[in-house]
Amino acid sequence: MAADEAYVHDILIIGGGGAGLRAAIAAATTSSRLSIAVLSKVYPMRSHTVSAEGGAAAVMRDDDSLDTHAKDTIFGSDFLADQDAVEVFVNEAPGEMIQIEHWGCPWSRDPDGRVAVRPFGGMTVDRTLYAADKTGFHMLHTLFQTSLKYDSIVRYDEWFATSLLVEDGRVAGVAAINLHNGEVRAITAKAVIICTGGAGRVFPFTTNAAIKTGDGMTLAYRAGVPLKDMEFMQYHPTGLPGTGILMTEASRGEGGYLKNKDGYRYLQDYGLGPETSTPVHRKMELGPRDILSRCHMQELAKGRTFEGPDGHYVHLDLRHLGEKVIDKKLPFVRELVRNYVGIDPVYEPIPVRPVIHYTMGGISTDIEARTPLAGLYAAGEAACVSINGANRLGSNSLTELLVFGARAGRAAARAAQEAPAPKSNPIAQLVSDERRRLERRILKADGRERIADIRETMHKAMEEGAGIYRDRAGLEKTCQTLRELRERFDRIGLADRDPVFNTEVVAALELDSMLDVAAAVAQGALLREESRGAQARTDFPKRDDARFLKHSLAYHTPDGPRIEYAPVTITRWPPEERKY
Amino acid sequence: MPDETITLEVTRYRPGHDREPRSQSFTVPYRKDWVVLDALNYIKDRIDGTLSYRWSCRMGVCGSCGMMVNGVPKLTCAAFLRDFQPGPVRVEPLANFPVVRDLVISLDDFMEKLLRVKPWIIRQTEKPVAEGEHRQTPAQLEVFKQFSMCINCMLCYAACPVYAMHPGFIGPAAAALAYRYNLDSRDEGYRFREPVLNDSVGVWECTFIGECSVVCPKGVDPAAAIQRSKVAGAQDWAKSMLMPWRGRS
Repeated sequence: MAADEAYVHDILIIGGGGAGLRAAIAAATTSSRLSIAVLSKVYPMRSHTVSAEGGAAAVMRDDDSLDTHAKDTIFGSDFLADQDAVEVFVNEAPGEMIQIEHWGCPWSRDPDGRVAVRPFGGMTVDRTLYAADKTGFHMLHTLFQTSLKYDSIVRYDEWFATSLLVEDGRVAGVAAINLHNGEVRAITAKAVIICTGGAGRVFPFTTNAAIKTGDGMTLAYRAGVPLKDMEFMQYHPTGLPGTGILMTEASRGEGGYLKNKDGYRYLQDYGLGPETSTPVHRKMELGPRDILSRCHMQELAKGRTFEGPDGHYVHLDLRHLGEKVIDKKLPFVRELVRNYVGIDPVYEPIPVRPVIHYTMGGISTDIEARTPLAGLYAAGEAACVSINGANRLGSNSLTELLVFGARAGRAAARAAQEAPAPKSNPIAQLVSDERRRLERRILKADGRERIADIRETMHKAMEEGAGIYRDRAGLEKTCQTLRELRERFDRIGLADRDPVFNTEVVAALELDSMLDVAAAVAQGALLREESRGAQARTDFPKRDDARFLKHSLAYHTPDGPRIEYAPVTITRWPPEERKY
Repeated sequence: MPDETITLEVTRYRPGHDREPRSQSFTVPYRKDWVVLDALNYIKDRIDGTLSYRWSCRMGVCGSCGMMVNGVPKLTCAAFLRDFQPGPVRVEPLANFPVVRDLVISLDDFMEKLLRVKPWIIRQTEKPVAEGEHRQTPAQLEVFKQFSMCINCMLCYAACPVYAMHPGFIGPAAAALAYRYNLDSRDEGYRFREPVLNDSVGVWECTFIGECSVVCPKGVDPAAAIQRSKVAGAQDWAKSMLMPWRGRS
């Protein structure tokens, strides 16, 4: 095929993780006549879904109800979730769990052969399905392997999408670099679904894999689609100091304790008590992530945390669970702690501290996964429907990527059957413009600024100004630093000019994305003068429904993000004080 | 920065430009909590931005960062510098694969083989979602669970002497995954995978050296999967001719 010719498909999915693969299968089963492409900067089985540990929530048992799952989710979101979206989510969750079970997901089982469920933070009932503590790994590989049986799904493995091609106000595909030969090509489609996951890498200390740089979010953002609620970045209370490796919430669901340096279960001092020896839903260690992360910082302020070479930490104590339970329910935790900390959690408590884990915000979509740009859809962590609002409950995200991945796939399939094919002339022009832009800004960049320096400064600015606790002065400083970094990025230099597997080009593109995402996070946080869920402003410590029971929408402008607001959909659960 | 350092000898190679691979030495700070991947990231960020390698999760589950470390296939995110002191540490691309560039190998052959073993649930009739889950007891799960733990990191192929000699060999990971689905109580696809496993470059080539199981970072034991598939292949040949859809509860 000539270098100027486009690859042509009906549906193009950017990202081959859980949401992207679920979308691909949903599209393939909607119509076998559609040509579906999955493009990813990595092979699908490398996607970050693979790292999810604890489980996936759905109402599977008689002691549970859809309303309870909805209420827990909305309450956990600090009432910023859209309640119609949450209702769709909890309704479709059980079917998605059964579907992936039929596809072979090795769910852990009860003795009678039913899929087992475990307790999780912020949930009032045991409703989290799990595959030991490698749930994301098993879901991802099940989806990937299942996707292989559909001839209509083709893959572009190790391609990096650099921009959306938009024609007459409608998305018509992407320009992307084939990392194996450096070619920039157009891949056209009548519908495009972005499933590229979150952007935890804008922070220095994160559970997120290296690839979580928000590239898909910026694709949409730069094409005029708003990013919703970006100020809400979730800290997970239990990551390993230094590496940031996740110690799953299931460790606490199975009964693990959090203890300060005096061996005291400190969560009882923050309204989460009383202390009990076995886990009680929504109490103590099963409180929600935003609150537990703040409790850690309070303990730090009181001088009751440990201090190690990688900073402050507390103990996650699993010893009382015993070797048998740990090996059966938390084998990965044991493996990780042995490998990366060099201790055995059967005999010693695990050092943990809060660590950036999840991007609640994302590409603004409706409940059909549609964005405001015609033909463009998004699902999974890259998207913000929003079911997570200001704070996601643990084990809702794996479910979300199935429910909304499938919705996106079906909606895109319907749209692709009706939409016109992109025209080749404008496409050729668009992709040659993009080629020139890339050459100027990245491929032949010969300035003096180094990628690693800009990235490090961004990390520092985000941690200092936009971390667990925020205030105006800190956020203004962070926003200012990010503006300076944006200018410095224009002067970067790359040493690598080789077209084949040029990972320096990838790093530059990723940094370019992260700078945009970081600015949206910080600007949203600065303008939201209240505390809600993951946004904790020391200068505005209360939730302010009168001013901020609203979604923020960040729009891309040459001068940085412009923030607008949109109403939250309330159906049956009027906002109340969020107390556990 | 600590004063102590360690030297890495890293393979550089660009097929099409370089006649042959060469080794380049880099001296990096030594930290006892650093893995080989941390050292490579240091090189990339601070010394030579042109070094090419794959990585992502840095917690041993995405399977991206497999390389030869002092001649042994390893996940570099789980290979601590302290275990190779005082160095130098030799870092090479995974053996037995074509090199794309430096430490990046081509996965094309594995991806094709993975497809060939049909690694998905095959049933004569699909159960509708409305009818609920398949019941599967913990014991039935246990039968195949170990073989479902493969992260496709390719260390087993790099260690496999049969694959080195016969690139047509289906190989440890793909064979283990075929076996995983064959053992799953929900699956009825044995007869479709069996020909792939039993053809001339299939499991019969494996001489049970077991290097694959030694290097597997996830305890999958592909060697056992291959040996047991051979036994099953011999026993079930007649049965599969008589009962194409193996009856299962």
